[in-house]
Amino acid sequence: MDSEPKKDVEVAPALIAVHPDQCSVAVAVGQHLRVFDLAAGDAASLTDDSDAVAFHTDNIRAICFGAKGKLFVSAGDDKTVKVWSTQSWRCITTVSSEKRVSAVAISNDGNFVCFADKFGLVWIVDLDPPSRDKKPSPLLSHYCSIITSLEFSPDGRFILSADRDFKIRVTNLPNKPLNGAHQIQSFCLGHSEFVSCLAFVQGQECPEGLLLSGSGDSTVRLWNVDSGALFDTCEVALKAGLLEDNGKAEEHGHAVTDICTVLDGLLVAVAIQSLQGIILLSCNVSEKTLSVTKVVSVVGEAFVPTCLGSSPSTGKLWMVTGVSSLPGCSYPALARVRVISDIDIEQEPVVLGDDNIPGGEKLLETLQGTASVDDNAFLAAAEAVKTAMCHLLIKKQYPSENRESRKKCRNDRKLKG
Amino acid sequence: MSETEVNPTISKSTGLPRKRFYRARAHSNPLSDSHFPVPISPSHVDYSFHYPQLFPSSGQADSSKRIQFADVGCGFGGLLISLSTLFPETLMIGMELRDKVTEYVKERISSLRVANPGQYQNVSVVRTNSMKYIPNYFGKGQLSKMFFLFPDPHFKEKNHRRRVISPFLLDEYAYVLEVGGIIYTITDVEELGDWMKSCLENHPMFEALTRKELVADPVVELLSSATEEGQKVARNGGQTFQAVFRRIVPSDQPS
Repeated sequence: MDSEPKKDVEVAPALIAVHPDQCSVAVAVGQHLRVFDLAAGDAASLTDDSDAVAFHTDNIRAICFGAKGKLFVSAGDDKTVKVWSTQSWRCITTVSSEKRVSAVAISNDGNFVCFADKFGLVWIVDLDPPSRDKKPSPLLSHYCSIITSLEFSPDGRFILSADRDFKIRVTNLPNKPLNGAHQIQSFCLGHSEFVSCLAFVQGQECPEGLLLSGSGDSTVRLWNVDSGALFDTCEVALKAGLLEDNGKAEEHGHAVTDICTVLDGLLVAVAIQSLQGIILLSCNVSEKTLSVTKVVSVVGEAFVPTCLGSSPSTGKLWMVTGVSSLPGCSYPALARVRVISDIDIEQEPVVLGDDNIPGGEKLLETLQGTASVDDNAFLAAAEAVKTAMCHLLIKKQYPSENRESRKKCRNDRKLKG
Repeated sequence: MSETEVNPTISKSTGLPRKRFYRARAHSNPLSDSHFPVPISPSHVDYSFHYPQLFPSSGQADSSKRIQFADVGCGFGGLLISLSTLFPETLMIGMELRDKVTEYVKERISSLRVANPGQYQNVSVVRTNSMKYIPNYFGKGQLSKMFFLFPDPHFKEKNHRRRVISPFLLDEYAYVLEVGGIIYTITDVEELGDWMKSCLENHPMFEALTRKELVADPVVELLSSATEEGQKVARNGGQTFQAVFRRIVPSDQPS
């Protein structure tokens, strides 16, 4: 069971992030960071004043735009966090982490960057005054758990952290966060598997926003962050018909991999493992309910998105699928970008063809790297990402007899022998 | 010893479980992924399982009554047993990572319940990793007392993050403690005593009890006298180091 090659575990999914005003789109796959400037209609050239050969030397695990689009952060397995100015696409700060980085977030005012390492510690970096090398301060910690997602609340009062132990922690952000954030506002508890992603929906009735979370238990849940109370649970995989075959399908087959709000939160796009397309949910902010609006399928090619991105005001959803590396495949850093347009309550969404995509051929060339790869590679990529996610985030269960034999060959005993 | 129908793990004279059948290693790795059921949230904690006489049907009986004392790393349960009769109206729970030791405490409580009808109904024990799952058991401000008696010292600096009192875990303890709630720590290891005290002193949500308050609190003397570990230290003429702190509202922000 655990004899599978370690390589499987190490692959990273392709990631996508869209500038809030749709000025640019970034794709990270493996150690490559690719940015397309939509305003200029050309690839953005990233620059870093340090002597480093590459910007990142290992898989990038998290990217995001922040501070109303002024900043961009990338971080990952090479234990570095890079903060970029989106004006010049120059790296303005590089932060070294002791451990691999699993999630990043930028505070709404652009003064702080937070990142989480694989041991459950969340660190904070003060960007003011700007300087090339910054030392992070510890902010909070999930005891020995992998943090999967970090998010600042829209009103800036809280920082939220989700982990593989099914929980979401809501922490008050103090006036001086460099001394640590000790006051926990709430825990959002209800998921029965790892929490994979967080997003906020805002409405006129509730400017502070409601929290959405996606999980390995194939549900999307709606929360009150102040109290940690669960408002609603949407069994997305079940509603999308993915589970109807034999009731349970295979175990852990349909984890929610990403959620993304579209049209200022009127609709929520959900990516699920094994689904070739996305599910659109509508969130009723005043009733505090979630319901499935429709399933948008990508036809004509095998496309299981690994990450979603959108700028809030447009009705466009950007999707990427891909993987850092694929054993037995000659294309490293495989990525494919698709866009769904005209997302609206009334209209029928359209999956744009490659000719109609904003930025056109040039954008695809920039973000995808290689021109065209056959379908099977992308299916294999989605499968590799799925396996890697399960390995990383789901506790391994060993039958009791197996457990005894495992104890006998413990690593620390081996050393003594 | 010919009667085979008698359970040998229970002492014939006292009716209590015999410790030699529940020996376990003194240390357990809190970082390992152990397998035991964990309630999804505090509302999923089965009170009728833990306190069957007080919660006869599943949940409904007296839903306003919640667990208020937690003995983290309760060991063989000496403190819990003493507290049970000292605070007969308060629900309390011991949390222990080693399953054999948890089994012992379970047996001990059920034997005491049989031997003393009506008593010890307010005390229970659960096998869990409190360093990971405290928020799954208790809601915000639910507890009025937390106990950390003779915890594993984890001397190596590399293993300090395994200590049950640490700056980050105190955030979680502050969350589950009500304002004014008290955290009790004691150890016979001076280095760990200094560590626990400095962690608590440096945390913005805890303040030390005054000498006067310590003398007035009947629980303080139980810290060293009620537990098996404390009695052992006393027998050997060892020294103990206490740190007793109160949960306060931090000055930086209103709660």
